[in-house]
Amino acid sequence: MLLQLHEPGESPAPHEQDRGLAVGIDLGTTNSVVALAQGGVVEVLRDDDGQALIPSVVQYDEDGSVIVGREARRMILEKPEQVVSSVKRLMGRGIEDLKSLAGTLPFRLDSAAEGGMVRLRVAGRTLTPVEVSADILRALRARAEAAQGKEVDRAVITVPAYFDDAARTATKDAARLAGLEVLRLVNEPTAAALAYGLDHGAEGLYAVYDLGGGTFDLSILRMEKGVFQVRATGGDAALGGDDIDHAVAEHFLAERAATRGDVTLTEGEVMQALAAARVAKECLSTQREGDWMIEVGGIATRHTLSRETLDALAAPWLDRTVAICRQVIEDAGIDVADIQGVVLVGGSTRMPLVRSSVKALFGRDPLADINPDEVVAVGAALQAEALTAGSDTLLLDVTPLSLGIETMGGIVEKLIPRNTPIPVAMAQEFTTYQDGQTAMTIHVVQGEREMVDQNRSLARFVLRGIPPMAAGAARIRVTFTVDADGLLTVTASEGSTGIEQQVAVKPSYGLTEDEMATMLRDSLEHAREDMDNRLLAETVVEARRSVLAVQAALGVDSDLLSADERKGIDAAIAEVERTIALSDRDAVTAAMDALEAATKIFAERRMDRGIRQALAGVAIDSLDDAIGG
Amino acid sequence: MNHPASAIAPCWSCKGPVASRALFCSVCGAVQGPGVVDHYTRLGLPRSFDIDQDALERQYLGLQRRVHPDRFASKSPREKALSQAQATALNDAHDTLKDPLRRAAYLLGLLGSPVDLTACGTINDRALLMEQMEMREALAEAETRERVAQLAMEAESAMIACQCGISAAFNANDLDQAGHLAIRLKYLSRLAEEARAKKTRITRTP
Repeated sequence: MLLQLHEPGESPAPHEQDRGLAVGIDLGTTNSVVALAQGGVVEVLRDDDGQALIPSVVQYDEDGSVIVGREARRMILEKPEQVVSSVKRLMGRGIEDLKSLAGTLPFRLDSAAEGGMVRLRVAGRTLTPVEVSADILRALRARAEAAQGKEVDRAVITVPAYFDDAARTATKDAARLAGLEVLRLVNEPTAAALAYGLDHGAEGLYAVYDLGGGTFDLSILRMEKGVFQVRATGGDAALGGDDIDHAVAEHFLAERAATRGDVTLTEGEVMQALAAARVAKECLSTQREGDWMIEVGGIATRHTLSRETLDALAAPWLDRTVAICRQVIEDAGIDVADIQGVVLVGGSTRMPLVRSSVKALFGRDPLADINPDEVVAVGAALQAEALTAGSDTLLLDVTPLSLGIETMGGIVEKLIPRNTPIPVAMAQEFTTYQDGQTAMTIHVVQGEREMVDQNRSLARFVLRGIPPMAAGAARIRVTFTVDADGLLTVTASEGSTGIEQQVAVKPSYGLTEDEMATMLRDSLEHAREDMDNRLLAETVVEARRSVLAVQAALGVDSDLLSADERKGIDAAIAEVERTIALSDRDAVTAAMDALEAATKIFAERRMDRGIRQALAGVAIDSLDDAIGG
Repeated sequence: MNHPASAIAPCWSCKGPVASRALFCSVCGAVQGPGVVDHYTRLGLPRSFDIDQDALERQYLGLQRRVHPDRFASKSPREKALSQAQATALNDAHDTLKDPLRRAAYLLGLLGSPVDLTACGTINDRALLMEQMEMREALAEAETRERVAQLAMEAESAMIACQCGISAAFNANDLDQAGHLAIRLKYLSRLAEEARAKKTRITRTP
């Protein structure tokens, strides 16, 4: 017997009629996009001017107001000290991570903050990248709410496939601050494949080349009807169109210095040179040559740039992407010739040089018919609908980076290699090396190198409460679990005593729970009432599921009950339904406990009958919904 | 086989009996945790080294379609956790059975004759030692892309031949021989991997 498996217990949360559809969000380095899917049709949400792209730029004004998008970007030149851009590059990063990038980033970092996530100084305030991202997400949420005229509280958010655990956690935290429940973090290349409906075409292997403002990803996917199976992924979380802008800006400034000598630039002048460089790069996608102005010390200079020069400036960055592509193809265990199609994603793939490099590498014209700026949000919206309205589509993704732990001598022992399908769990046994040792430190790292200090430190935690034993006698089993969002959790247990502890792994560069709690409190939108409503909704869903489960059991085994017993159960069910209607969480919980008590005897008799039947040789298959299918 | 009574357990949701290997309760439809079953049982495949790759993929995807966390995104935390555990168990079973080397080692373990593939470094078998030293030397000396590609191909054909040997050994119930060949397969696959990597390196720097 095959029951309906997806729908039972599925019930509308309170005020469902006021709840908008879940949205798809592409939270980009340079621009962000929000889209909405209904019945498989996607609408990219636009402003009054028809613009889908919301610049990922936030202005924090002296009066406390927060402005996101085009207007904030306009203020970059005027009030650079109030404006934050490209904050995605800082997600999940510590100050140590950024030393190598110092001077190339448009940020004023708070150097006083030690350890933990990097902090920005903006207009006299100290902000984490998570808070800035949350402000961008709030703007996207507001756009989605205006479009639907309803509250939006659920989203699928995309992240670069190559984002590590800390950056993924930071993204999820930002959504929480913005009052959005993340249904799933989806990797950007996978979302793009979904948008192209590659599964409808011929079965086979496809590559997705995603060059955004600040990140590069390549994923190889195997497609078949309804299934997107990522075979290998790779990339660089700090390589994108921004780097090409910098190269062009430096070229302009060097030209200028050659005739006028070196001068120290103000922040505003650097921003202006970068803006000119970006415009030059974008124009040269369609024209062969042009002139651009930069201004330093009040004196403007004119600079000519041809496409050939731009290509020469961009070439080192694109060569890096090609090298990464080759590595990923090798990781997938395939040859270039096995790939049936290549999809281009990200605004930077508009550059003719990118298209010709990709074509040369893969030996075929890339697909680019969906707007490369919007394709990721389209895929995210489709997945948001699939997760809420149900779907047969299956996205099977992988870990982008190997997970390991530090062993003797600072060497990494890999526990979960990169490109392992997720969700995945891996257990490792450790022992003590000193008599009577009661604690042990475990250092988790992410990356491909052999030495600990060449990889990213994800977390360091101490396992306490190990019973004192002789060295080597304790058996400590540590289990690493990566969920479908690519997020890591760790549990540990001691074998000889059965002591178990859940270790909350907060990334070294993440926010602590306390910091999160404070930010949530400070955020007015996320009032206590919202939280209470959410808890009530969860309890009601759970209560409805219990009632349906008991009713299903009564449907098959009610002969095990006397009339009085049956009456008691029916009364308990009625009480649960009555309390649900009252929207009183405590009352619902109490009624559920009463229902559980009223059905205890029933459950025991059902198990007895099942065991008796099994012993009597009745096929267990009647208790099985048939494997496979 | 298991004792029949141990093959059923109470459903967490409706509390009635449900088969340990079932994904969902046949009465209330609730997703169940992954039962303690071997990888073959989990994927509904016969316990054999000879595996139909298409059937493996079909079973794996068919089961993932039903239990993957994406199907439970708007369900209760408990159902989400159970579906994640199911999907994790399926990935583990699929990864293990897909790869001939891991499959051979796993099957040897199931049949009570475990082989330790992690204890590397020492090769007790003299013939295997000589073969591996010669193949490695040839790879180290290879300088052209063509030569490396040829060596990669040779290593891969040797792997296929080795897998045929493992299959024959299992079918003859010669577990010692199967274990012995599994160790050889491990060295051959590592060599093939290094040859592939060298081929990519040569391609990258023309």
